Amino acid sequence: MTGKDAALHLGVLAVLLAAFFVLPEYHSGSLARIMVLAVYAMGYNLAFGYTGLLSLGHALFFAAGMYGLALSMQIGGWPALPAFLLALGAALAVAGAVGVLALRTRGVGFMIVTLMFAQAGYLTVLYFGAWTRGDEGFALPQEVRNLFGLDVTTPAGRYFAALALFAVVLLALGALVRAPFGRTLIAIRENEARAAMLGYDVQRLKWIAFVVSGVVSGAAGAAYALLFGYAGATFAGVQYSIFPLLYVLLGGAGTTLGPFVGAVFMFYLIDLSSGITTAYMLVAGLALVLLTLFLPQGILGTLRRRALPWLP
Amino acid sequence: MTRKRLLTPDYSRRSALKTLGLGAGALAATTALPRFVQAQSSAPIRIGFQVHRTGIGASYGRWYDRTTQAAVKRINDAGGINGRPVEIVAEDDGTDAKRGAEVVEKFATQLNCDIGFGTLFSHVVIGSAPRAGELKLPYFVVSEGHHVASGMLNRYTLQPGITDVKSQVQAMAPFVANNLGKKVTMIFPDFAFGHDHRDYFSKAIAEQGGEVVAMIAIPPTETSFTKYFPQIPRETEVVYHVMVGPAVLTFVKELGEFFGPSRPELFGFIDSLEAVDITSPGLEFLEGTYFWEGNPRYAQENQSEYDKAYREAVGVDANGASVSDAKDVSTYAHMFGCWETLNIIKAGMEAADYQGPDQRAALIEAVEAMTEMPEGMDHPQGPKVFNGKTHQVFGVQYISQVKDGKLVLAHTTSIDDTLYPDEVDYTTQSF
Repeated sequence: MTGKDAALHLGVLAVLLAAFFVLPEYHSGSLARIMVLAVYAMGYNLAFGYTGLLSLGHALFFAAGMYGLALSMQIGGWPALPAFLLALGAALAVAGAVGVLALRTRGVGFMIVTLMFAQAGYLTVLYFGAWTRGDEGFALPQEVRNLFGLDVTTPAGRYFAALALFAVVLLALGALVRAPFGRTLIAIRENEARAAMLGYDVQRLKWIAFVVSGVVSGAAGAAYALLFGYAGATFAGVQYSIFPLLYVLLGGAGTTLGPFVGAVFMFYLIDLSSGITTAYMLVAGLALVLLTLFLPQGILGTLRRRALPWLP
Repeated sequence: MTRKRLLTPDYSRRSALKTLGLGAGALAATTALPRFVQAQSSAPIRIGFQVHRTGIGASYGRWYDRTTQAAVKRINDAGGINGRPVEIVAEDDGTDAKRGAEVVEKFATQLNCDIGFGTLFSHVVIGSAPRAGELKLPYFVVSEGHHVASGMLNRYTLQPGITDVKSQVQAMAPFVANNLGKKVTMIFPDFAFGHDHRDYFSKAIAEQGGEVVAMIAIPPTETSFTKYFPQIPRETEVVYHVMVGPAVLTFVKELGEFFGPSRPELFGFIDSLEAVDITSPGLEFLEGTYFWEGNPRYAQENQSEYDKAYREAVGVDANGASVSDAKDVSTYAHMFGCWETLNIIKAGMEAADYQGPDQRAALIEAVEAMTEMPEGMDHPQGPKVFNGKTHQVFGVQYISQVKDGKLVLAHTTSIDDTLYPDEVDYTTQSF
């Protein structure tokens, strides 16, 4: 990571730290949720933005993390930390297995296979409704939702827990994509055949990227269940596979902060337009079309191309 | 580098920063707007209405909205609550659990609402209730889910205006066993709503000396049902069906084609056909069959004066459709819950002498103290009993038969038929 990258990332984290004390409660609360969703999108970005793997099935990993944590707390009575680790393990196992099979395909085939795996995951959640409560989902009791003694049901506890996860993932992925491993992923994205010809084990590297991406997505899912107290099959549905793709495309694929910018943009686009008109999805759709037309590389991607070439 | 410049002739770093700066300024200005200060006792009581305007619950949401507006008009015409007008602050939750939670947060921390109200779909309720509890926002749901009475939620979440699915389903068993038959095949969607019916009805019918001879779970993505019907045992006397969603028309049509004229008795939940005209093509097969109704859609011969006045206030004709559009069929079996819940909120606020958010806990305690709710203009659906410990109301249920394309009331259950042992005591939870 270069000095500028580090300064930018630490600067963003400092701003987010200060934001809790400055912003009105509604916006700081929303920012906590946005940071969790941004972590999901950052995980997705590693597969799509850096490795060129256009997955339509990441909701499966988000849900693996969400149910890994929520079920182990609800049924197993586990404390939050071991449950969170189990959630990471669940996402790792699911992403590892799906990666082995899905990465045998590429392009449109990869999109369809990941989409189908996610749909199978969604139906699995419904099938085991006796435990998952299917589409209805279940709430996690307030009293068990604490981490290292930190009550994550309070505004401050929730915000700083979300910020901590966001910071760890941002800095770790920021370092990862600047490391030789990340550079190799970019090489694969740009020209897979050339990367293979240069001697890289492309298939193995793609699998590792896919698994790391899935685990980060699972961490976001677990964090959502822990911080907001709910696990439900909606989060395993196809729209939750599309959301990170949207966030990444809007913010800038292959930029470290693009997923966060995209998540902020989408949240406020929906939130503000819903206050103006009931046809807010139309407004959101129109804004997305315009952004895609005029900023095809996303907000930060375009900023990097036109003004700030050093932007990580 | 040359290419980059050629592509961006009129977009400098300065202009980009300027745009970003303007955007940030606009956001800051929005957030810095002075908040509504409830300085005067005549300031409106703001009720955050979490409404399904879009998504799968939109047809329910449309009628929940109309009922809510009518109930609030009646309350305001009668002087409001504690002398203050009631203002509905509606926000669409997209019938989505995540957005639902965001909307509750918005009610509590941005829109200065006194309470949240009106949610129907269970996943939105369950996704939102934890946030309502954490933000200490009284959250009055109109969902008919068993989630409140099951103890899953929290002290701030109440369901005082509509009965829950467990009580509805178990109250059907005596009628089914005594009038339609004791050997029942259940056909239900293979998700939580269907599972509630499967679990509660199979237990209740056994207590009536009946039995479920087959359970046929239909995957939620299914669009054709013919292949499932051969699983219905020959000995079946009653088919109990709770299919929901747009596929219900296909379901009924194919069921009719399968059985022809020699069908067993059919019993269903009107949830399948809320906002759907019972005379729609393909539904002819339902003639003579029975349905649970939370509130009879068609004005009955012995219609109460309360139902008549309520129907008129909301704008529903004698056939259960909008007075301005006969094709716009209401969700009559459920939407009364909004009307009754708002009247309970009024009664609770008056009992607690509610003046502002500091008295939210007092409002909850006032509602918890409620018991008997006699039939009247505040409760036009019928009499009810509220259980303050479980935060759930219990009331009469209606069973109607389709006759000449109309739903005609055949049986009204007692409240006792709907009761079951408490599963939680929310009053032991602290505020």
